[in-house]
Amino acid sequence: MSLKIISPGLLTTIQDTGRHGYQKDGMVVSGAMDAVALRIANILAGNEENEAALEITMMGPKIVFEEDVLLALTGGDLSASIDDAPVKMWRPVLVRKGSTLAFGKPVKGCRAYLAVSGGFDLPKVMGSYATYLRAGVGGFGGRALKAGDLVPCKGPTPKAMQLMAELTDSAIGKTHAQVAFTFDPRLFPAYEENPTIRALKGPEYDQFTENSQNYIWNEKFLVTPQSDRMGYRLLGMTLALKEEAELVSSAVSFGTVQVPVEGNPIVLMADHQTTGGYPRIVQVISADFSKLAQVPPGKSVRFTEVSLDEAHQLYMNQEKSIEQVKRALQIKAWR
Amino acid sequence: MQAFRLYPLGDTAIVVQLGHEINDKTHAKVRAFAAYLEQFPFTGMLEYVPAFTTVTIYYNPWVVSERGSLDPYEKVTSVIQTMLFFSGDGVKKQVERVVEIPVLYGGEYGPDLEFVATHNALTPEEVIAIHASTDYQAYMIGFAPGFPYLGGMNARIAAPRKETPLASIPAGSVGIAGKQTGIYPIATPGGWQLIGRTPLSLFDPARECPSLLKAGDRIRFVPISEEEYQRRKEQGQ
Repeated sequence: MSLKIISPGLLTTIQDTGRHGYQKDGMVVSGAMDAVALRIANILAGNEENEAALEITMMGPKIVFEEDVLLALTGGDLSASIDDAPVKMWRPVLVRKGSTLAFGKPVKGCRAYLAVSGGFDLPKVMGSYATYLRAGVGGFGGRALKAGDLVPCKGPTPKAMQLMAELTDSAIGKTHAQVAFTFDPRLFPAYEENPTIRALKGPEYDQFTENSQNYIWNEKFLVTPQSDRMGYRLLGMTLALKEEAELVSSAVSFGTVQVPVEGNPIVLMADHQTTGGYPRIVQVISADFSKLAQVPPGKSVRFTEVSLDEAHQLYMNQEKSIEQVKRALQIKAWR
Repeated sequence: MQAFRLYPLGDTAIVVQLGHEINDKTHAKVRAFAAYLEQFPFTGMLEYVPAFTTVTIYYNPWVVSERGSLDPYEKVTSVIQTMLFFSGDGVKKQVERVVEIPVLYGGEYGPDLEFVATHNALTPEEVIAIHASTDYQAYMIGFAPGFPYLGGMNARIAAPRKETPLASIPAGSVGIAGKQTGIYPIATPGGWQLIGRTPLSLFDPARECPSLLKAGDRIRFVPISEEEYQRRKEQGQ
């Protein structure tokens, strides 16, 4: 069974939780921009949380299913529908053979994730399914999906098959059926249009002028159209160092906010380079990566300071929420 | 125990700073510690990235903290301090690998060789001779998959970057920017002065070790003829 891509949308790629272990060779991690949404999509579809799923950006694709499938949609709300009937996100959905999944206007956020039960039957490259477009590595031939592509699926997992059988009755005469139960929405990432993003002081924070330090915590920055999977290029007041400093290149990570010489900060995202030589003013905390990944160009972000301890508490809370989703499914779906 | 400083890079990485300047002594410490981590990764460690003066270690706070029952930063700090103690001076010297990089200099493969020569009042042959006569140290891999930051270039062949970067530099291009020389593993935009090209593939995701070069390698450029270039290109080596 395959997914038939009728139209690809703006940018639809295969992603997982990233290609780890090769950063020392300069290989970028890639993977989902909103990794929590991808993990939850997989969990809801009865997969391991690091399975391959589709990352759908802004304007979604049109996809025809050749067989019955169990799928889950998470992340940003891009007005998904199946044969023109709206489809609920954040829950397992049985979709009947021959139906068409399509998307409309982005309502909230800008990246949706589609996991199909069993995942995609594609080769792993360096231990991962993630697509890294710049080097043409991983995913579906190292590229974004195109019209006419057939993306092969491995076929539903045993627990998904059981749920599919249970949903079959309610899908009679319809194109799809979703489970009756819902989840506490607090277990899922909360997206905002112009969010305040929590961050730690970066390693070179103290080297910035007092003006720049005040500005970064108090003013909003525009997410410019030059933002992509590699980084969000922000526009606000230009930030400056107290005195020019030659920095020795060293590792950076997702969420690092670096400031090149011209003074406009860049937040490094999923496809960021492994090392950098620009001063790092702040570092976005992991618990807010999802929120940040869902801000489309043209909107704005603010930063607010938290301590490392708080950041870790929030990280733990997020992991606990994901565990809770798994437990709830264990009781309600995979009985 | 050796001198070091630890600081967080966000909530999932810790930086081990082993020096402040780019030199062989700091590089040796970075290599020794990286080798130790490679051999003895700790529970919850995701990966590590050696750089000029630092080794950054990425970790999963959930795993490191034993699912939230410990303070993850305190835990990684104490693990790393212990590791630094043991990896310290007792570690045996790393075996140095010498990698020869065949290069076809000049012509369409190195369109800026003339510029580099003229800029330094040398002949193109002299530039080649100088570039190929030194051993270079691969201090770190970064910027792009498989891209080595090389130390040791003779300042007599230094040249400024191009004012307008090229939209795409072919993979394998050997270039000069300021006092640095490097090799582009994949086609990318860039402003380096291109003096030649290697038929070797510096980065190949299908290989067991995708990056041809590792931090710590010694690199030697070897001039080759066009015939040799084509032959090696066809053989894919």
